Amino acid sequence: MNGLLIACILTPMLTAVGSFILTSSAKARGAISVAGSLLLLLLATVLLYQVANGGPISNQMGGWQAPMGITLIADMLSAMLVMVTAIVSLSVNVYAMGDISKDRVAGGFFTFLNMLIAGVIGAFLTGDLFNLYVWFEVMLISSFALLVLGGNKVQLDGAVKYVAINLVSTVLLLTAIGLLYGLAGTLNMADLSVRVPLVESQALVSVVGVLFLVAFGIKAAVFPLYFWLPASYHTLPITVTAVFAALMTKVGIYALMRTFTIVFPGEHTMIDNTLLCLGLVTMVLGVFGAMTHSDVRRILAFHVIGSIGFMLIGLGLGSALAMGAAIFYMVHGILIKALLFMIAGIMGKLRGSFELSRLGGLYQDRPGFSMLFLLAALSLIGIPPLSGFWAKLLIIEAGLHHDATLVIIFVILVSLLTFIPLIRIWSEAFWKPCPFASTVREEKPSGDKPLGDKEDELTVIPPTMFAWVPVLGLSLIMLLIGFLPGKIIALSDMAAEGLMKPAAYLETVLPEQVNKHSFGTSVEQVAESPAELLPESAAKQSNKLNNSNEEQK
Amino acid sequence: MEILLSLLVGVLMSVSVWLMLSRNLVKFLFGLVLISNVANLIIFKVGGLTRGAPALITDAGSEVYANSLPQALVLTAIVIGFGLVSFTLVLAFKAYQATGTVDVDDMTAAEQRHDQEKP
Repeated sequence: MNGLLIACILTPMLTAVGSFILTSSAKARGAISVAGSLLLLLLATVLLYQVANGGPISNQMGGWQAPMGITLIADMLSAMLVMVTAIVSLSVNVYAMGDISKDRVAGGFFTFLNMLIAGVIGAFLTGDLFNLYVWFEVMLISSFALLVLGGNKVQLDGAVKYVAINLVSTVLLLTAIGLLYGLAGTLNMADLSVRVPLVESQALVSVVGVLFLVAFGIKAAVFPLYFWLPASYHTLPITVTAVFAALMTKVGIYALMRTFTIVFPGEHTMIDNTLLCLGLVTMVLGVFGAMTHSDVRRILAFHVIGSIGFMLIGLGLGSALAMGAAIFYMVHGILIKALLFMIAGIMGKLRGSFELSRLGGLYQDRPGFSMLFLLAALSLIGIPPLSGFWAKLLIIEAGLHHDATLVIIFVILVSLLTFIPLIRIWSEAFWKPCPFASTVREEKPSGDKPLGDKEDELTVIPPTMFAWVPVLGLSLIMLLIGFLPGKIIALSDMAAEGLMKPAAYLETVLPEQVNKHSFGTSVEQVAESPAELLPESAAKQSNKLNNSNEEQK
Repeated sequence: MEILLSLLVGVLMSVSVWLMLSRNLVKFLFGLVLISNVANLIIFKVGGLTRGAPALITDAGSEVYANSLPQALVLTAIVIGFGLVSFTLVLAFKAYQATGTVDVDDMTAAEQRHDQEKP
């Protein structure tokens, strides 16, 4: 019994509880959170190392064998994403210490933040669909709390939209899970992988597949269900926006990847093509949306949607090569989004506003910081040799492999168009002279207050070490990925291989069943309705009992 | 019995979708409460209905018993749904207090454009 998986989930959970009950001082709460994230990072590194060397690790909760019990499993994809989540968790926790006001911390900010991380990691590690739903709920309720914490009017208004659409997606997910249980009689992902192809009415399976697509599509902000994201993300403190933008949508993409490879194995051309088309449209609308806005946070929020499009294309092309590209893009996307929003937070502190018309002169004041933004922005656009270049190159390579000319044209076109909003931020916020030349008023760092809507003077809150350290750290990681992409690409391809040919995954979860059925070639052995499943195992158990009784005699 | 339950699911689903399409936030909430119960009913129904039989195995060793897994799933979903609904109710009330309206068309505080406000 390997306790590593459960430790990865328990660490942020205990951090969440500990930071709330052990102390009431804001600094101590932050310190506990950072310590917890450091531990999580350590555990995630060990997990990634073990999985990379020894294949998937699984853990049956409560000693109930799959498919009866709940399975936790880390294959390559999960391990990579847990690692990236741990990095984001650490940087966001450090950043929050300098950004989040004392009353928000008193309201339990760090508790909800770490609970959110626990939910994300749980969703990555679970091997059971209903358990995935539960982790989604853990994530969702923590994100709701973060949304409304310290709520002013704007925040509550954004929260209503976010909560409403996410609850609808939750209900759809629950319905889809229920229907799938009715069809296949199990909710264990590995078991589903064996049983779903054996279901008689494959048309119904497709219907359930589409329900999953819609439910996860809402979470991942896929066209046409993305409107809640730009409506709510900019209302939050920048730390919360950073963690939402980095992780929340990507969990939706992860769930889509898992569902349409392992849960619904085999060919599903209709869903793949839908994913491809949705990806193209999402990508284009994301970049056009970014062009129309003048608030840095809203521009970046639309870029989140744009990057979702790229990942969907990788998923929709449907080969191991394309899946590997999507996974690499996901790693790059999570880190770059966290970095860009943190940089935007520093911009907001230096100029007291996120509105492009009120920003300016940052290059004169802070040339080093400007270079950081430029690096992150160029990486997002995909300029070699930064990480975004490799991500897009891999997608184009996959497109070439599939002769998907349209996809390649769109990817290149959208990458070019991505230039426009980012260079607009660059020229307006960094190159343009500062619009308020005369009245500079310095203030002590006093946390997050509503930024520059009323006053006509410049309010500067000099960013502290808590802001610089995570930004520099993430920039360094991005540069490393850019200059040494080989290892990450190899890991992504390994993860994709594990998704497309899940033999190792199935064997880890269901050692007995896989050997017995040899991948479900024998239709007769699989029970048709859920009610028949139990007698089978009960009969087995009673046989065992009889055998042992006879042995005793 | 199964047909009756299916009809009930259909009727409740259409009512809740109709409610959720409303611009009134309160009606939307009622729709949400209904639709989350519809999802529970669906799980309950597709798990297979067994009348007058205990869950799992009895002492008498009867051959017929009800599948208890859907019930466990529904129970979990009810608990989670309860938490979410109560949160949403409070959120809606707070949003009403802050914005002074329950009409979602008027809830535009988060999406005003600053550059258009100030000429």
